[in-house]
Amino acid sequence: MKLMLFHRTWNKGDVMKIGVIRFPGTNCDRDVAKAIGLVGMEAEYVWWNNQNLTDFDGVVIPGGFSYGDYLRAGAMASITPVIDGIKALVKEEKPVLGICNGAQILGEIGLVPGVFITNENPKFNCEWVDLKVSSTRTPFTKDFKKGQTVKIPIAHAEGRFYTEDIDLLKDQDQIVLQFKDKNPNGSMEAITSICDESGLVCAMMPHPERACEEILGSTDGLNFFKGFL
Amino acid sequence: MLFDVEVKISLKSGMLNPEATTIERSLDLLGYEVKNTKTIEIIAFQIEGEDGEAIKEDVVDMCERLLCNPVIHNYEINVISQNLE
Repeated sequence: MKLMLFHRTWNKGDVMKIGVIRFPGTNCDRDVAKAIGLVGMEAEYVWWNNQNLTDFDGVVIPGGFSYGDYLRAGAMASITPVIDGIKALVKEEKPVLGICNGAQILGEIGLVPGVFITNENPKFNCEWVDLKVSSTRTPFTKDFKKGQTVKIPIAHAEGRFYTEDIDLLKDQDQIVLQFKDKNPNGSMEAITSICDESGLVCAMMPHPERACEEILGSTDGLNFFKGFL
Repeated sequence: MLFDVEVKISLKSGMLNPEATTIERSLDLLGYEVKNTKTIEIIAFQIEGEDGEAIKEDVVDMCERLLCNPVIHNYEINVISQNLE
């Protein structure tokens, strides 16, 4: 337990190192770091003012309420120095996963198409959902079968996906996850995860880190983190 | 010269605005029948400069880079000089 509390990393040794970005208001950072440890990688927390991420094999932008969601969810975080580091990492073709608030941030900085805005029913929606894996070309979904159903919880008030050009996303196979059976937030075509053209940058509203142990009700989230391997 | 700047940010027309819909429904509960309800955010600040046009250009930049998300928002900028000579 001491190691967890006082060291910045979870695992030691020559393993893949994944940066877990922290802004004031991020609150899923430790869950994400634990999930990264569960699949045998090393997680290191990265503060928002760190511009140099060249040491990392990939990064996760975890969920939370960065900068209190002021202006819009993810707006303030989108102009911090760490974003330049993330953009540089993307140029090096390293994978980037944005979860919940992280997904909103990726939308704000334009690394993925579209935005996540206030739910159709404008309340905070926290529940387990069934998702359809619509694309397996991202590293994070490569261990799933196309069309497979996965069970992962959502927890957001601003998760309604909107884009100006839905056909482009379909043509370029950029739709990664869609709600199955019901659309809890009114997202366009029930989309809740998209990727960039390369597939290496993926934004998802559901929380895979909350579905990584049997005791939590599902282990479907582990594959997303195995994507970095 | 000191300028007062006001930026009005609204959702593009046709975009679903759940906040406005809820307000409209609540007004209906009070017996007021209203329609086409919108919510508009106003950000106001003061800025030093020589020329109103140049300031407006800067504010457009602010809107595109931070204050608005061009995918979903329209914005309207008012720049008023405090110097009324």
